[in-house]
Amino acid sequence: MRFYEYEAKTLLGKQGIPLPKNGTANTPEEAARLAGEIGGPAVLKSQVLSGGRMKAGGIKFADSPDEARSAAEVILKLEIGGQLPRSVLVEAKANVRKEYYAGVIYDAVAKRPLLIFSDMGGIDIEEVAEQHPDHVARMHFSSLLPLSDYKVKETIASIGVTGGELTGLVPIVTRLARTFLQYDLTLAEINPLAQLDTGRFICLDCHIDMEEEARDRHTALLNELGVKREETRMARPPTPFEIKGAEVDAKDTRGVAGRVVEFDGNLGLIIGAGGGSLTLFDAVRKHGGKAANYCEIGGNPSVTKACELTKLILSKPGVEKIAVMMNVVSNTRVDIMARGVIKGVVESGYDPAEKIAIFRIPGSWEDEGFKILRKYGVEYCDRSVSMNEAARRAVEKVKKG
Amino acid sequence: MPSMFIRVDADSSVHSNAELAKKLTEICPVDIFAQNPDGTLRIVEDNLDECVLCDLCVEACPPGAIKVVKLYEG
Amino acid sequence: MSILIDENTTFIIQGITGREAVNMTRECLNYGSKIVGGVTPGRKGRDVYGVPVYDTVSQATAQTRVDGAVVAVPPAFAADAALEAIEAGIKLIVIVTERIPRKEVAQLIEFADMHGARIIGPNCLGIITPEKSKMGGIGGPAEDTRKAYMPGPVGIMSRSGGMTTEIASTLTAAGLGQSTAVSIGGDAIIGNTYADLIPLFEADENTKAIVIYSEPGGPMDAQLATYLKEKKSRLPVVAFMAGRFMDAMPGMRFGHAGTIVEGRADTTEEKIRRLNEAGIAVAEDISDIPRLVKERLK
Repeated sequence: MRFYEYEAKTLLGKQGIPLPKNGTANTPEEAARLAGEIGGPAVLKSQVLSGGRMKAGGIKFADSPDEARSAAEVILKLEIGGQLPRSVLVEAKANVRKEYYAGVIYDAVAKRPLLIFSDMGGIDIEEVAEQHPDHVARMHFSSLLPLSDYKVKETIASIGVTGGELTGLVPIVTRLARTFLQYDLTLAEINPLAQLDTGRFICLDCHIDMEEEARDRHTALLNELGVKREETRMARPPTPFEIKGAEVDAKDTRGVAGRVVEFDGNLGLIIGAGGGSLTLFDAVRKHGGKAANYCEIGGNPSVTKACELTKLILSKPGVEKIAVMMNVVSNTRVDIMARGVIKGVVESGYDPAEKIAIFRIPGSWEDEGFKILRKYGVEYCDRSVSMNEAARRAVEKVKKG
Repeated sequence: MPSMFIRVDADSSVHSNAELAKKLTEICPVDIFAQNPDGTLRIVEDNLDECVLCDLCVEACPPGAIKVVKLYEG
Repeated sequence: MSILIDENTTFIIQGITGREAVNMTRECLNYGSKIVGGVTPGRKGRDVYGVPVYDTVSQATAQTRVDGAVVAVPPAFAADAALEAIEAGIKLIVIVTERIPRKEVAQLIEFADMHGARIIGPNCLGIITPEKSKMGGIGGPAEDTRKAYMPGPVGIMSRSGGMTTEIASTLTAAGLGQSTAVSIGGDAIIGNTYADLIPLFEADENTKAIVIYSEPGGPMDAQLATYLKEKKSRLPVVAFMAGRFMDAMPGMRFGHAGTIVEGRADTTEEKIRRLNEAGIAVAEDISDIPRLVKERLK
């Protein structure tokens, strides 16, 4: 779950990391007032989740409250990556001497948190790592034992940083690394971490992602920041269809019928499980099919859940047929899926034999499931037909109409 | 809405036996059985299609007293 | 022969009285696995299909030799359960639970490293050595498992539990059996990656080829590619890469928790390029896998 910049800065501020004087505005007037309070040159930054704000015109400078007002007016109406900003962050413009980079992620190879530090901040760290590897320091640290300052000092010093720069940076970077663990973050990045003309260090921009699965453990922080439970914070906000999909999943605890993602095609997909869905969605695309949705079914959902998901997908305008496909299932039951899907089709007022392009779920309780499918005249196949072939047949049927 | 796939036939000796009704209510993993206020057995129509064919109800009753009928067979 | 488990492997199931764990216990027992105990706090003295239930892991290890543990408890308690098993001296921990936060996973992997224990998962279906033993829900009921898996020369490693069985089933239908199949887990951080496990397959003389299933996100394929290039492995590897559609959808999460495209290295295109560079054949379709394996076994 991604934080907006103003939320990320609030969190870092709480942790004792220095920030420019700032505030968020929802109207041009508020922006002008904030700029007045700052009392000098200000920078106004669009609060969107996607990157590329500078390029898109979402960051502007203002020397007076009047300039701030007109800049905010433009920014608040500017869509970036398909999203309008939540607000505009008005911040004192810093006089920067030098820019550094500090970031913490998990390294899935070492399976440890990894601190990355560079004395070349302000640009993409991957680029720096490729072109100037001697300016990038890395340190894995323990997620069990407390992080000592000296480890961070060694890391920063390893690329030649010394003097007041070293002693000024160590506490900030150490706090960043501790914050990463304390709040179950999956990314904590300050870039640039700027040294001002005065010699002080300050966080100018930052990116923070919190682990989706750990949100419940940090409700106090999330409430304080005003992050609502239903906010998914994905690359785009959920559509009403996707919200309904999540509701179907939440209503009944048995099994999963989740992660419904909307597309604009004519073939509804009832697919599973995690890996199977990815494989099947690829196969549908490969054969020129146009999916109406993505979803993931697994964990042996109830008849009701499969039924409700089927009804939701069939209610979507433009859906001509549905394909019901999974990898060989171990705990999800073929007969339960067959019942749920057929029931959903019938309750939507359609004939299963006509509406279900193909049913390809082999595995647990398949003989019982196939009996049901035969009774309703639904085309089905067992494991001798590959997932790819099943997807091809489904796409062909929709094309024929 | 009537069930599409499963019907459960319990004969009158099961229906009127409050003790058996209680047992059935407890063992069914998908809540097909409930008890009326007077303790007699009530079959929850809405849950019939959720039946997982575990046969726990059949085993709990005297032989032949309860039948799980698959409406998609025959 | 096999890796990780065989017919003599004894293990316990933590959270054995849960709905899915009860099922798993029955399925494993029916397949021939040696389950020597289960743990659910407060349920000591009961049994599940004849398997004795204990309150703590150390009560189980005091009774008998325990080689492994399957952690099948809810996410809030899973890391603690794994720590308990490691502390009790168990060396192979399979974590089935999904949705454990990364920090806790990292913590327990670190703890396992200190104790010489190995973690498979989280968010996996476990391990199977066909006709010997299965540890976890992999393959489902014993009869279904026998349909999909048979003994033979192919090792499988997969980030998807379901696709492990799909691949095995396809291989079996083509007459290619498996030495051991490992569902390594779909989370961003897992106890054992492809590269962590391949030395075990390398040491198992009955394994002659490897099939992996992979997805967008994470550096695990790149790590495997590097390993194969550097170590000049004797084992030919065939890969299948799902989620190619995700390349065009950065920042969107599909499939498992670890599956997200955050940078170029996460895309399937880049992953396939790296695998190819290391001499790994990438199958376009699951049904191509048996042919690609057979060509490489000659």
